[in-house]
Amino acid sequence: MHIKIARFDAHRSPAHATVDVGIPEGLTLLQALLHIKATADPTLTFKAGCRSGICGICGVRVNGREELACAYKPNEGDLVEPLQYHRVMRDLAVEKKSIEETLGNAAAWLHHSRQTTISVEEEKRTEVQSDCMLCALCYSACPVFAVNENFLGPFALTRVYRYTADPREEDIKSAIDAIQSNGVWDCTLCGACTAVCPQGIDPKMDITQLRSTSAQFGYGDPNFMTMNFGF
Amino acid sequence: MVDVLIIGDGGAGLSAALAAKASGASVLVVGKNYPTNSQTSMAQGGINAALGNVDSDSIESHIQDTIASAKGLCDEVMVTKMCTQAPHAISWLESLGVPFSRREDASVAQRRLGGASHKRACYSQDYTGLKILHTLYDTCLKEGIEFLNERYLLNLITKPQENPKLDPLIKGATLLEIASGEVKQIDAKSVIIATGGYASLYHGFTTNAFGSTGDGICAVIRAGGYLSDIEFVQFHPTALKHSSILISESARGEGGYLLNSKGERFVDELLPRDSVARAIYAEIGRGEEVFLDIRHLGEEKLMELLPQEMHLCRLHEGVDPLHELIPIKPVAHYTMGGIDVKRSLEVRGIKGCFAVGECSNAKVHGANRLGGNSLLEIVAFGKLAGENASAYALACEEVAANDTQFKSDQNFINGIFYFTNQINFYEKREFIGKIFYHNAGIVRSDTKLKAVLAAIRQIQKELPFMGLGDKSKQNNTNLVDFIEFGNALELSEILLVGAISRNESRGAHFREDFPVQSDEQFGAHTIYWKEDGVLCADFERRYL
Ligand SMILES: Cc1cc2nc3c(=O)[nH]c(=O)nc-3n(C[C@H](O)[C@H](O)[C@H](O)COP(=O)(O)OP(=O)(O)OC[C@H]3O[C@@H](n4cnc5c(N)ncnc54)[C@H](O)[C@@H]3O)c2cc1C
Ligand code: SF4
Ligand code: SF4
Ligand code: FES
Repeated sequence: MHIKIARFDAHRSPAHATVDVGIPEGLTLLQALLHIKATADPTLTFKAGCRSGICGICGVRVNGREELACAYKPNEGDLVEPLQYHRVMRDLAVEKKSIEETLGNAAAWLHHSRQTTISVEEEKRTEVQSDCMLCALCYSACPVFAVNENFLGPFALTRVYRYTADPREEDIKSAIDAIQSNGVWDCTLCGACTAVCPQGIDPKMDITQLRSTSAQFGYGDPNFMTMNFGF
Repeated sequence: MVDVLIIGDGGAGLSAALAAKASGASVLVVGKNYPTNSQTSMAQGGINAALGNVDSDSIESHIQDTIASAKGLCDEVMVTKMCTQAPHAISWLESLGVPFSRREDASVAQRRLGGASHKRACYSQDYTGLKILHTLYDTCLKEGIEFLNERYLLNLITKPQENPKLDPLIKGATLLEIASGEVKQIDAKSVIIATGGYASLYHGFTTNAFGSTGDGICAVIRAGGYLSDIEFVQFHPTALKHSSILISESARGEGGYLLNSKGERFVDELLPRDSVARAIYAEIGRGEEVFLDIRHLGEEKLMELLPQEMHLCRLHEGVDPLHELIPIKPVAHYTMGGIDVKRSLEVRGIKGCFAVGECSNAKVHGANRLGGNSLLEIVAFGKLAGENASAYALACEEVAANDTQFKSDQNFINGIFYFTNQINFYEKREFIGKIFYHNAGIVRSDTKLKAVLAAIRQIQKELPFMGLGDKSKQNNTNLVDFIEFGNALELSEILLVGAISRNESRGAHFREDFPVQSDEQFGAHTIYWKEDGVLCADFERRYL
């Protein structure tokens, strides 16, 4: 079987090249990449960790769709590329410092923890959101980044939602305050993030929820506000 | 100069970082990838704490279970400390926002794992490690803890004390900045090593993530510190046959059977991990295939309890556990041995340097770790390491190291590019994994171990001919793989020397030529160190 890999090396000329490589049948894409590196081309650069879809390190795009390399079985002719909206370091390896930065900007943590009981239902409410592994597939799929690189993006907002929906959070207002600019109102609710999440998380829904909480705190959609102003 | 430098950003490193910061120290955390990529994310089953939410558990019985599983090789003081701290560790995690699964009365849910007399493991479905790790990470960001990512620990920097009888002082570490390919020196008053275990020596036969190559452990012995009990490696009975991906113990705990090719059950599935692993290994040795059968548990139960596993079986083994048998084999899972630490978690032999988590040997797991005790250790002792390192750093004066180690590591990295590339080290890595699994794994013997040792020594000689195929300076993962390979090679020799010296069977270390436990001769920890580059080993039972 043959797949195509988009390669990049800033120190090579030309820096970009798409190469066609033969791989054995039946492997996951990650196994195929490891096979190429170990037997044919040690310069092929990508990241590998748990092999089991949980450490979030191996995200790539295949034919324009975000996938975990360890959870994807290649098909003939697939084109494998690095994630979008990340700085490509080399080949399929991207820099992920942006994860820390967006989470920091979104203040995606428990702001003020209080002692309280948590029922089965309350825990279930954010069970799926707290399965997020920060693989950044949703980030790469989100069209907003093409126009606004400062957008907080799907995983950061899902994480904010997770904490605001937790009975332990005493200070929901601080959480909501932090996601007003470049945050909940910048999302187009297109659902691209939801479609690619390997953990079945629905950031679009979480963002919708955060919008209504924002409204409770007196915030509104700035786009509509300017429109109203014009009338 | 930073007060506390933490190397390794898994659950142990992050717990240590939060505690060190809370005790007033400045903290820097470095890791070879990103924190949430660490292996802690993979832990599914749970974290032990005798909360007694489900049955009448007690700290005393947690201590007893842990001691029993350690097979005589533990420090009861440390076991007591860990088990007593466990309920506090859970309330701490709860206060940070870890979403533990709940019971109807709103208490934390608990399940029974192998070797436990009670339902003691707190869990979050089968994503316990993931949720703990990510919550710790979020809290670190909240606390403004500084991270340097994609920095690979090469060596520790130490400085001899005026009195040569005293341990040298820790001064910092050298790291390879993977993106630029430059070696960097980081000065620190205190260092915590939290780099994880070394089960990846069994390449291809381990549940562990790539990169569990014992880097921090090797750095310690190179810097004059001590290691201990390296020969103790736990094998998990049920990993997928082709990919070695873990199928959690809860599959058996919930009533799954083990079957051979004839469809017969051949072992009590609920025996301790080492016994079940040996029974399966023996069955496979007889030419049988071994399967896990969970079909009778039914779809509803399986999807509720083991959703991750169902998916992994379908993807990696191409079987549907609802209707088909799951082919399995036992593989390396957890490494009990590691950096020898005192009760304060300070590394024996290096002052001001601490070690915690799977890379350390705090003498709580002994010859066999109990499921759920490792997540407990990384949180409870992670905090302890952070507090102790912080106290040390705040009392110590700021004197930077010279650049001797830095220069030497720069030369080392540059030198690797001149190694010839006649032998493919990836092939050797695979080869070592295989011979280790079959000869230094679940069943060992003097002859087998010595044959492997000879092979390892040969490969060590060939290392200069295993140079890089990738000559780039920047973002060279071929180089990273090679250094990991070098570390694994160094540690594999130590493991073999220990396994050869320990002429008995105890817990996970099983010698077919010495099948019984011998307390008079071997009721002690194996200690390793280097003198003028030569590996030394001894047995010792002394808790510092
Ligand atoms: C599949 C699986 C399931 C498990 N399930 C359970 C369970 O249910 N309960 C339980 O108690 N335990 C379980 N364990 C064991 C437990 O997960 C680990 O022992 C524990 O998470 C180790 O944590 P750590 O912080 O010490 O190391 P790790 O999480 O391995 O982190 C080590 C960190 O150090 C970094 N590092 C390593 N080398 C270097 C270097 N040279 N330079 C810089 N950084 C470096 C790595 O990148 C990594 O981030 C399981 C293990 C596995 C593999
Ligand atoms: S929300 Fe889903 S796709 Fe996005 S980072 Fe988390 S796990 Fe990955
Ligand atoms: S729904 Fe919103 S966050 Fe998700 S991809 Fe679309 S714009 Fe981005
Ligand atoms: S290797 Fe960990 S998610 Fe793919």
